[in-house]
This record gives sequence, C-alpha cells and structure tokens, in this order.
Amino acid sequence: MSDAAITVDHVTKKYRLYHERNQSLKAAVMRGRRARYDEFLALDDVSFEIREGIAYGLIGENGSGKSTMLKCIAKILRTDGGSITARGKLSALLELGAGFHPELSGRENVYLNGAILGLSRKEIERRFDAIVDFSGIEQFIDAPVKNYSSGMYVRLGFAVAINVDPEILLIDEVLAVGDQEFQNKCTDKIAAMRREGRTIVVVSHALPSVSALCDEVALLEHGHLIRTGPAEDVIDHYLTEILSVDPADIGIPRRATGEIHLDGIEILGADGQPRPEPTIGDPVTMRFHFTARERVVEPVFGMSFRSGDGVLVTGCNSMGSDLRLTVEPGPGHVDLDIPRLLVAPGRYHITATIYDREHRTPIHEVGDLHAFRVAAGSLRTAGITSLGGAWRADA
Amino acid sequence: MSQVREYVERRELLTNLVLRELRSRYKRSTLGWTWSLLNPLSSVLIYWAVFGVFLKVDPPVGDPSGQHNFVLFLLCALIPWNFFSNGVTQSIESLVVNAGLIRKVYFPRELLVASTVGGLLVTFLIELGVVLVILLIAGNMVLPWIPVVIVLVALQSLMVLGIGLLLSAANVYFRDVRHFVTLIMPVLFYSTPVVYPITTVPETWNVAGHAIPLRQIYGYNPLVRLVTAYRDAMYSLRMPSWTTLGYIALWAIGLVLVGQWVFNRLDHRLAEEV
Repeated sequence: MSDAAITVDHVTKKYRLYHERNQSLKAAVMRGRRARYDEFLALDDVSFEIREGIAYGLIGENGSGKSTMLKCIAKILRTDGGSITARGKLSALLELGAGFHPELSGRENVYLNGAILGLSRKEIERRFDAIVDFSGIEQFIDAPVKNYSSGMYVRLGFAVAINVDPEILLIDEVLAVGDQEFQNKCTDKIAAMRREGRTIVVVSHALPSVSALCDEVALLEHGHLIRTGPAEDVIDHYLTEILSVDPADIGIPRRATGEIHLDGIEILGADGQPRPEPTIGDPVTMRFHFTARERVVEPVFGMSFRSGDGVLVTGCNSMGSDLRLTVEPGPGHVDLDIPRLLVAPGRYHITATIYDREHRTPIHEVGDLHAFRVAAGSLRTAGITSLGGAWRADA
Repeated sequence: MSQVREYVERRELLTNLVLRELRSRYKRSTLGWTWSLLNPLSSVLIYWAVFGVFLKVDPPVGDPSGQHNFVLFLLCALIPWNFFSNGVTQSIESLVVNAGLIRKVYFPRELLVASTVGGLLVTFLIELGVVLVILLIAGNMVLPWIPVVIVLVALQSLMVLGIGLLLSAANVYFRDVRHFVTLIMPVLFYSTPVVYPITTVPETWNVAGHAIPLRQIYGYNPLVRLVTAYRDAMYSLRMPSWTTLGYIALWAIGLVLVGQWVFNRLDHRLAEEV
C-alpha cells in the first residue's frame, strides 16, 4: 500500500448511450425525463495498484476500457463507484496541445498550457528555454499557433507536457506523432524519466512498444480486469489466450525463461584483440558473453543487426550449425566468426538471442545489446552492404 | 470551503485563463481594445436618442449631487447592466466553447466560468473608470464613493459568477439554456430601471380588477436594487441604504453557493456530455 503511486480501488464507470441524442428541454419535459439511454459499463469493479517508479501498461482491445481507465486516473472522468488515489504530481499526455489557443503565440500558449497543467508562472519561466529547446521551434515561438504545422503544434504540446516534471506521467498512444527524429526524442525522454524513478502509465495498442517499455501490465477486456502482472506474462497471455496469435509473428518475444543471461558483445579483430570500430571488409569475431544460472543443453544463439535508421541488415542463428555447446553454470562466451565484415560504413545495433535447442522458447533476448561503428576503408560501396568484389580486366 | 481553497490554489491558472480571454478577444482587429469602449458608447447614443430625446424621459435630480443629466443617469446603470448581461450570456457558453480542453485535460472546470467573468470584469472596470472620469468632468465628486462602488462591483461579480456556474453546467446538458437566456435578457433589461427612473413605475398596477403592487415587486429584483445602488453612489452621491446592500449581498452569496453546488453536481459527467 505504502509504495503504490496509484491505487485503483473497485472502480466502476458507466457511460450513457442515448437512443436519441436530444439535448432539448422540450423533449425532456414532454417525456418527463431527459432522454432514453442504456447504461454501458465501461469499467466494472476494477482494482489494481501501480507501484511507484515503474512503467505500467494498460492493454486490451478497442472498447476494453483502457482509455477510460486512464482518463479516470487523470481525473478527466469521474468514477461512478470506487476510488482512485494518486500520490504525486500527475501529467497526462492525452492530446498534445489541448488548450492551445490558435490566435495566441507559441510563447503565450506555453504559459497558458503550463498553467493548465498545474505549473506556476515562476516554474514555467524557469523551464521555458528547455521547453522551446525540446520542441525545436525557437524561430516560430512568437507566431500564432494557428500558423503552425500539425507537427510543430504537437511538438510544442509534448514539450510543455513533458516539462511539467510530473511524478506520474500518463500517456495515451500519443507517441505516434511527429517525424522519426522527434519520436526518438520522445522515447528517449520517456526512458530518461523512467530511469529517474518516475511512474509511467501507458495505454497502447502497440504491444511491441508496451513490452519494451513496461515492467507491469494490466489487461482489460470489456471493462473487466483480466490479469495484472509482469509485462511479458500478461502480454503473452493476451496474445495467446485472447488474440490467439504467436507473439513471435508480431515481433514480440515470448516470455524468456532466463536460465542464461546475455551480458554483452565484444568485437575482436583477426589478431584476437578488441576492435571497437572495425573497418569495412575486415575479418572480425563477435564474442557473446553470457552468464548461465543452470546447465543448458545446446542452446541456440542468434543475432541480428540493424543500421542506425532501423533497417534490418542481416541476422543468423546457430541452429543447424556446428555449434554444439552445453552451457554450464557460470560465465562463458561463444564466438561468431565473420570472414569479411561486408556492411557499409555507419552505425549498427546488435540484437542478441538465446533460445532452447528446438529454437522455440527464448531463454534471453536483448534488443540493442551492443552498438558499434564500421569505419570506411579501401573497400567502397553504396547502399548498406557490399559484395566485397574486386575489379579486374583481362588484358 | 474547499472550493474557495481551490480557487486560491489555482489562481495562477485563473490569471492565465483571464489573460487568454483578454488577449484573444481583440486579436486581429485594427481598433483592438477601442472596441470595448465603442460598444457601450453606441448603446448609450441609441438609448439617449430614443429615451432621452424622442421619449423625453426626465432623469431625477441627484440628491445631494444636483445632477440632472440623462446621459449620466443612463451611464451609471447601463455600464453595470452590460457587465451583468455579457457576463451571464458569455459564461453560459464558457464550458461548451472549451469542450476540447474539458475532454483532454483535468483542471477545476469552474475556472473556465470564473475566467470568462474575470475577463469581462476587467473590461467593466475600464469602462467604469471612463464613466468616473466623465462624472468628475461633469462636476460629480465621485471619488469618496469609490469604495462603495468597489463593494458593488464585487457583489455583482459574485452574482454573475453564481448565475454563470449554475447555467453553464446546465447548458452542457441542455443546449436550450442559452436560447432561453437570450430570450429572457431583454425582459430583464426592460424590467430593470436602466433607461428610465424607477419613479416612472406605478406603485400599483390594476389588471382586470386586481391591484398589483408593482413597485414592491420591483424591489424584490436584486438587479433593480443593484442598479439603484450604483446610481445612488455615482449619480446622486449618497450612500445606498443598508437594506439594499444587505439584500444584494444576500443574493450574491446565495447565487454563488447555489451555483457552485449545482456545478459540482453536474460536473460529474461533464467530460462525457460536453
């Protein structure tokens, strides 16, 4: 109880579904009441706790009540039964730039929006530069926001909301906005807030991002709480039991069993010495360091790497290779020998995996376990890869 | 009481919302703030022409000021009336106009009503300042009566806020409220002695053999009391009667309490209904 940032206690929320949406007094008087409506239970006796400092996901299909839940936590909607207590300053990213006045300048709107989100004038003054800096629209800050592009609008809105410095941050699928660069910036900022020990509550359909971000997840269906718990467990349950899909098909790891833990990757040159920045065309060895908790017979090691802009360059695993390693408890490593590193100069991110011998159940998976740069060399290439060929003339 | 604390805690937001109101009001108009003075000026001219010149309404002689001028007589009541009328009609819309905000952000929603009233209060004070200057030029030494005027302005603001809270929330559920108010406003205007002195209202009015004590009924209307009090202080330069002040205060506080109570009850499903 004491370490709960948000306590949701037997919360019920009813919506009215009007048969005839008639907001007229005459109709109400004639009928003796306002309008016929059915009550619809958007949330039915939902209880859970969100511990302080964790990232919490609310998932479920459309109409499951997850957004309603978030709005109730944000106090935008009032519950019809039960209570929600939140400890700490709360900021909700439900719609970015809500409350911007089109005729006012960006500067005036920052002050207005900050005040709506609960900041004092002094606090906004102190953060003003950070807000403008984050939004990246310095030169337009004194123009009326109605002249902003939708991207600029949203960026300014996000910048204000994120700089409220909330102890609890509520996010409702607003992150799919702006260009890729800005999205990365938002993701980084949220990750930073999470590291600072703030509580984050996310509502999303994008299960891969929920599974990457959240520690714990609550699954809602038709207003009922189906399950809460560690993110992998609940997402796994949701996918297999409710949606009946194989998580791997949509790029979500199945729950890892965790007998072996991947610690890191080292890139070695032909001489066995570390080569943190190899040159294109060099022979290299990728050494995967791990620590095993228990004995595992013939695990399958895998890796893939992506270029800086997220394109999958290549991937492979040890299934069907000569690697027949039985891992004993304690630290160890496996090597992947690469005769020639034929990828274009640039930055790459390596994802590493360990599966069981049938390559069905993950033991450990780490996205972005290692990042490295490939330096330009005598071998020139266009695109992201090279054939390593040499030009020759038969004279 | 918790409501009062909420207003105090979020006063910065209230200030910001009022500023938004004021800044955006005359954006992109060349004359800008001059409009806020041109509007009352035009209505004064119209009423002066129609009632003062054509119908020859005779303003009472101010006692003890000795003032006998229809325009001044009109100004002292019309400017407060405009604040009442604009305050009520605009605060009714304040929630519906800001629907986007209500659906997406949490903050005490009564601040939207309060900021609308606040924005109009600023305009009202400017207009009142102009009226005071005009009165001074006309030889009415109103300066000692300014504290009384301030008390009246405060009570009137509470009154407008109370009605605003009551009707704005109701307007979210029944959009008729706004139309109803548009209908009732002229009735209130002409049943309040703004363009005519209350002395022209007969003590009793015989309708189909029944004597209706019209003047007494007039006295129940807090707006009549309010307008009379403004005129006492600014036109006649005398203290409004304590019963009048007490009566206005009672209405003002009562309206705010009832308004806030109703608002709290209707606030419950505001985000869904708006």
